[in-house]
Amino acid sequence: MPGKLKAKIVAGRHLPVMDRASDLTDAFVEVKFGNTTFKTDVCPKSLNPQWNSEWFKFEVDDEDLQDEPLQVTVLDHDTYSANDAIGKVYIDIDPLLCSEAASIISGWFPIYDTIHGIRGEINVLVKVELFNDLNRFRQSSCGVKFFCTTSIPRGYRATMVHGFVEELVVNEDPEYQWIDRIRTPRASNEARQRLISLMSGELQRKIGLKVLEMGGNAVVGYLQCFDLEGESGLVVRAIGTACTLEKITSGSAPMCCPLPNTAPASNACNSPSKDGKESPLTHGCRSTHNSPVHSACSSQRLSQNFSVSVPTLIFTGMGSGGSAGKEAGPLKTLLRQQTQTALEQREFPFFTLTSFPPGFLVHVGGVVSARSVKLLDRIHNPDEPETRDAWWEEIRQEIKSHAKALGCHAVVGYSENTSICEEVCILSASGTAAILNPRYMREGCLDFGSTDHRFEEPSPPTCGFCHIPYDELNMPFPAQLAYCYQCRRQKVPDVLFTTIDLPPEAAVTGKGCLIQARLCRLKKKAQGEVNATAISNLLPFMEYELHTQLMNKLKLRSMNALFGLHIQISVGENMLLGLASATGVYLMALPAPGGIQIAGKTPGDLNNEQHISTIQKRINDTIAKNKELYQINPPELTEEGVGSPIPEPRQRSRLFRSHSESSDELSELDLSHGKKDAFVLEIDDTDAVEDIHSLLTDASPPSGFHSCNTETMPGIYNWTTAIQMFTSVRVLRLNNTNLTNQGLNKIFTDLCENLLKSFYFKLRSMIPCCLCQLNFTVAVPEEELVQVSVTAVAMTFDKDQNQEKPLEKSITKGGSETEEQLQFPLELCADSSSTSSQPFSRISGVPENSSVSTRAASVDYGSFADRCSTWLELLRLKAHTIRRGSVKTSRRTQSLAHSVSSLEHCSPLTDVRSRSLRSSRSFGGSSVTTVKMTPLSFLPGTRIIKYLGIINMFFIRETTSLREEGGVSGFLHSFIAEVFAMVRAHVAALGGNAVVSYSMKDCVLMENPNKNQAQCLINVSGDAVMCVRETDQEQMTSMTSTGQTCSSTDGAT
Amino acid sequence: MAVELDVFVGNTTIMDEEVYQLWLDGYTVNDAVKVRMEGGVLDEIEASADVLLSDTMDQYRTFQMCERLLHSPTKLANQLLFQIPPHRQAMLIERYYTFDDAFVREVLGKKLSKGTKKDLDDISAKTGVTLKSCRRQFDNFKRVFKVVEELKGPLVENIRQHFLLSDKLARDYAAIVFFANNRFETGKKKLQYLNFQDFAFCAGQLINNWTVGAVDNLVEDMDVDLDKEFLQELKELKVLITDKDLLDQHKSLVCTALRGKTKAFNEMEANFKNLSRGLVNIATKLTNTKDVRDFFIDLVEKFIEPCRSDRWTAADVKLYLTHYTNSAHILDTFKHQVVWDRYMGVIKSCIFKMYHD
Repeated sequence: MPGKLKAKIVAGRHLPVMDRASDLTDAFVEVKFGNTTFKTDVCPKSLNPQWNSEWFKFEVDDEDLQDEPLQVTVLDHDTYSANDAIGKVYIDIDPLLCSEAASIISGWFPIYDTIHGIRGEINVLVKVELFNDLNRFRQSSCGVKFFCTTSIPRGYRATMVHGFVEELVVNEDPEYQWIDRIRTPRASNEARQRLISLMSGELQRKIGLKVLEMGGNAVVGYLQCFDLEGESGLVVRAIGTACTLEKITSGSAPMCCPLPNTAPASNACNSPSKDGKESPLTHGCRSTHNSPVHSACSSQRLSQNFSVSVPTLIFTGMGSGGSAGKEAGPLKTLLRQQTQTALEQREFPFFTLTSFPPGFLVHVGGVVSARSVKLLDRIHNPDEPETRDAWWEEIRQEIKSHAKALGCHAVVGYSENTSICEEVCILSASGTAAILNPRYMREGCLDFGSTDHRFEEPSPPTCGFCHIPYDELNMPFPAQLAYCYQCRRQKVPDVLFTTIDLPPEAAVTGKGCLIQARLCRLKKKAQGEVNATAISNLLPFMEYELHTQLMNKLKLRSMNALFGLHIQISVGENMLLGLASATGVYLMALPAPGGIQIAGKTPGDLNNEQHISTIQKRINDTIAKNKELYQINPPELTEEGVGSPIPEPRQRSRLFRSHSESSDELSELDLSHGKKDAFVLEIDDTDAVEDIHSLLTDASPPSGFHSCNTETMPGIYNWTTAIQMFTSVRVLRLNNTNLTNQGLNKIFTDLCENLLKSFYFKLRSMIPCCLCQLNFTVAVPEEELVQVSVTAVAMTFDKDQNQEKPLEKSITKGGSETEEQLQFPLELCADSSSTSSQPFSRISGVPENSSVSTRAASVDYGSFADRCSTWLELLRLKAHTIRRGSVKTSRRTQSLAHSVSSLEHCSPLTDVRSRSLRSSRSFGGSSVTTVKMTPLSFLPGTRIIKYLGIINMFFIRETTSLREEGGVSGFLHSFIAEVFAMVRAHVAALGGNAVVSYSMKDCVLMENPNKNQAQCLINVSGDAVMCVRETDQEQMTSMTSTGQTCSSTDGAT
Repeated sequence: MAVELDVFVGNTTIMDEEVYQLWLDGYTVNDAVKVRMEGGVLDEIEASADVLLSDTMDQYRTFQMCERLLHSPTKLANQLLFQIPPHRQAMLIERYYTFDDAFVREVLGKKLSKGTKKDLDDISAKTGVTLKSCRRQFDNFKRVFKVVEELKGPLVENIRQHFLLSDKLARDYAAIVFFANNRFETGKKKLQYLNFQDFAFCAGQLINNWTVGAVDNLVEDMDVDLDKEFLQELKELKVLITDKDLLDQHKSLVCTALRGKTKAFNEMEANFKNLSRGLVNIATKLTNTKDVRDFFIDLVEKFIEPCRSDRWTAADVKLYLTHYTNSAHILDTFKHQVVWDRYMGVIKSCIFKMYHD
């Protein structure tokens, strides 16, 4: 018995009246875990019962502890008939299994019923006693920490990043079992909720096992999804990045990174000699599989850093159709093996992270994505995960080969998703091909945690990640290369698309903005293979058009790079919806974007030409307006301040500017006209008319507002503390049956635009404010219905942006906590990164003069990584870096010395505690703890002092009285509010006061207004944290500069 | 093409005070949109009427969901469904329980029953307050009435604690409850000139001086019911008008004191017996529930109207009543000083308050 779970039921309040006669309730509680059930006494005739029960003790395997939730059911006692259920609470025990997370769960939980929603609250206490369990064949993975956050969590140091972990479990969907026809909707919903809770517990446990095998202790960027396949089953799958995390405590010295047993072993097998035949760039992210896929794909590859897979059709699970001939061999080896070793895990050098420590990311190649259409009713053995595993393996292989074609050995910002309509399922995966620092890969692991202290790490040039990773002479797609506008040594593409966040060291000018491409394509209704073929034929065109739209909109805003790109293609019975969202920025390293030119096919036609010139003028005006709006002032002056550590936006080389001028708008456009490049629009083309239309109808945010879909907004760094997280859902019914593609596009575009306008209006009291992490999800729940769900956070910032201030401060102070915290100066640093191109050296407290040499060295190094295309060169690189390392010893000692002093500086534990006390007082204004929620990984003006565990909740709500509940809107409105309430209650019970990296993964709404019925499923996740108000000026230089950090937090209303 | 569903839910519940007021005032969504548009909210930020409609609908839904909680405001503070900062909660409650003086004037002293509710239509038409708003206000009165009816302790304090209202609003509700419980007649034509605040003041006086709670503060209904013993004792005051000597003595004392101090002296002297009879008769009849109901109309008919027809100023009334009360103390044979003070103290302040146009 490796664990003892103890639960105590204290009291209830606000219970519903269950006995109409007395207007009271005789409530009692059943506490169930696994197969054991305990009951409290009946508390007669009370709506606020006090049970104050004994401690119910469950002796269970830790495996069960991980899989099972604690199930608390509140019932109304009835002497004569069956007891009526009031509602339930499912409590995930997982946070208690990890010593660093919560130690007790204690608080008021909403009592939830799938038919009636929240019905009162119950106060529960839960504790776990774990016994040491040695020498057992481990099935449990207690203690592995999970984080939804897609960066290294604050307060932690990654001593090792092991790589990609994935898992998938399948079960029959209770909703589709025959028994469902005779049981009540409530029983069915509850069976489903319970099953999914069990499955995600199991999934997490299995992933945990893989992490342990790899030698890690945590999963970062954990992304779990549900596929409601219908008849063929219910799939829960998850991906993440396995890491070894170490808590940064004031006591611990910058440690030697202990290499876990399994990992080095696997890495040893992973030696370059074995993989000699392969490109050494894949070293450390070895593949045993010579992917044949991408040769087929290269023909489909589109321009501008963007490769699209041929959507392969495989009708049966065993790969006997479509392109399977080619893949049959590898596929077999890819089939699921129960004992997947750490070695095999490295097969996919994928990282679900989107933010990295500086220097980790060497080059970024571009977005890689793959999609595949599958038929669910052809799954051979639907109850087993093999088929789905094989599908995903296939997609991942494709992604990997795309990355390879871009000259990259890794994929970062990786994510997967599906869209299901009846029996058709589109699987999608996307990420950003990248080259990671070989130095970090040297030991076969990404030991970037200790680099600050142990290694002499030259800062890479801030423009390094923009440099092309692929061979200039053998480009994977047509692109116009230019010399980097910052270092002038390396080639950069004219445009860069990525799925990751803007690296903190990147130099940008002006502000960023949300850019969306929206597309609707009609398709004939069809069944089975015909349908799948039709969809897969449409997919490449959709991707192409979305890409073209993105490109045009980017140029219209006079920007040259996209971050956080997320493309979703959703399938419905008679249409496909495509939505691409990204944050556009102007990267200083990339050439200035050309304009957009309109060309007519029939020159000479005077009317036409006039029309064209009118449109051209409008476009040019818009570009000019946008430049002003987003404050894009690309550098134009000649003198490059060589000695200056901070390249001021204005201090730019004239030389290179002239280069861009030579290829400036008109001339460049004329040249590319023949190629029908992305930014020449032929007006005779109906698509182009549509494009122009959508280009010019996109409204920019009203003044005082900014928007982005990334963690932070480039160009804004002085956040104040007010935040408002929100979820909005809109469903449109298309009554008009004979709609054209164009008409649909307009409707869809308007839908998205109107949503944004609504947000701006609702949040107007927060001006100046920025909507961050705007996450749009589209779905076609039924024929003629289009659903868009958005979750985002609005954050206020101080309008008076003093560009110099944060920079100055951080240099002079280099505060103790700052260094510790910002070991990976991710978002915090991004706040100030607009002005600073070298936050790395700045933050580690290196005197300014040293950054000059750093710069030079790293430029050198960047070129090196580019050229290294053979193993020999990699060796040479090693030699080189070693040599360089010795040169830079002086700097290392400096930073070491600094870090020691910073440790002394660091506040002792008691200080932290007193601060947290102070904060809990300030949070405890009312009897209910205020719980903040944000989709970002941080809360402005606060410091996360503890991660309390992952929140992963799934709810179903159903109604048979839709009208009485205010129609679908009323129904969903209260359901979303209830979900928020339940998330907050669980966080508060864990002792937390905020949720970071919150996301709503699924919101599946089914309605039948004629029958007065509706059902909705919502899945949410995030990291429960405890944070304290950051009042200390020393600690958060970039934020306190405003002097408003202590201002009231409820200004969000 | 139609919007089938449109919701926006914030982690911190977003509530616009202006929209809340429109909702409370019973505006329909479309009317509220019109009012907001005229208010120029669209100019603040570039937005269209659609946006305004969507926002208004969202807020109306939120308010509807909150309404259940507002019915028992103490729940609002520890419910989990809506995350609302405390100061916003206070605002929501206070505004929800705020009523229109025009409306309350119509139902003041009436039985808060369903029968009356049917009359809400008429009241709505008469006062111009929307029916929806009338319903809310009426239901609020009823709810507060029902809750405090069964509670011990001071009325105002009970209301404040159970409904988390401001002191001022709690006092007003106490007045409403008090009037409803004693069914004071306020609707007669002669009383029309009085506004709610006049009555609320009088109610406060009665509650503080004439109820059981004024002497013993641990009885049920202590602030709602008049002190029966006191009402019985009031019968003893009859001697002031039945005993001829006492009446004359009283008159001469008052007249001596008033002489030369007011222009209305002659009228005062002439009317003394009439007025005194009026006031003492009111006192002696208060044991009858029916006469309690007519308390205010009696005050107007028996005292205020005669004075007004003689063109007494408010100062005159004050002067007269002061001397009238004090002189009784000097009467040797008059033994009921305590009851007299308890009675006249309230009468005096009520009449001061009620003596206006």
